[in-house]
Amino acid sequence: MKFIKFLLLGIVFGIVMAKSEAISWFRIQEMFRFQAFHMYGIIGTAVTLGVIGVALIKKFNIRDFHGNPITFFPKDKSIARYLIGGTIFGLGWALSGACPGPMVVNIGYGFLSMIVVFFFAIVGTYLYGVFMKKLPH
Amino acid sequence: MRELITQTWAWWFSGAMIASIMFFLLYFGQSFGFSSNLRTICAAAGLGKKTKFFDFNWKAQTWNIVFLIGSIIGGYIASQFLSQGGPVDISAATINDLSKLGIAAPESLQPNELFGLEAVFSLKGFLILAFGGLMVGFGSRYAGGCTSGHAISGLSNLQFPSLIAVIGFFIGGLAMTYLIMPLIF
Repeated sequence: MKFIKFLLLGIVFGIVMAKSEAISWFRIQEMFRFQAFHMYGIIGTAVTLGVIGVALIKKFNIRDFHGNPITFFPKDKSIARYLIGGTIFGLGWALSGACPGPMVVNIGYGFLSMIVVFFFAIVGTYLYGVFMKKLPH
Repeated sequence: MRELITQTWAWWFSGAMIASIMFFLLYFGQSFGFSSNLRTICAAAGLGKKTKFFDFNWKAQTWNIVFLIGSIIGGYIASQFLSQGGPVDISAATINDLSKLGIAAPESLQPNELFGLEAVFSLKGFLILAFGGLMVGFGSRYAGGCTSGHAISGLSNLQFPSLIAVIGFFIGGLAMTYLIMPLIF
């Protein structure tokens, strides 16, 4: 039962991503070609509200529902891993038109060919786990 | 009313909902990051026996897998009950650019040339989907997050690494869009 809230949040996420067309390959192309505001509006609104909310959480030391302080774990300091990893991610994002969330929303929507994309995303993560020691971080 | 639901939802509503989902996850003691699920699936498949990166307490990530299952259900609900199945209303400039790559104007959310059955069962079409997924999965873990973890959660916390990652997302996305796609499509 304790997982029901996460199921509901996931359902809302899937509906919102599908209904705002953020799961569409066409929308991602439109974004990377800077030909519409739509995707920038979605991400920009989320980040703007996110920045305000996170600042408020920190200022007022807001706690989660367990009563624990809400903490943010800073990412490791590095340039290489974020720039190289991010670039590889971007290549795949533009080609397949989907990041991991939208991949599975697409599968639910009925675009079953996204199963291929999602399966190989798992394979990609596996390959990272195998070769991570050899990569610059 | 019905029109309001079946049309494309406004960017500001979608953005506000995504921020709300992030805050609900924080309130429930978790954080918004979808690509972690890919690592969890590898661990749950037993790959941690040979590869240390997948040897962790993946059961603590069950909440995120449940969120993933919810996302699939959400996609199904959106297509079955909340849509009329019309084409994506992208800009005329994009339609024009894509036509030069052999991608016809939208008839639904996704181009048939890439996601139709015929494409999936052709060698070239399969390789495009496979390499796309491979790079997303490899790159997101290498960068330590995807759009949700870096662009939404990370930027909201004003994390410098997330800004670098998002710049990387765009370097890769622009290179694929303008340099590589004209060669391979």
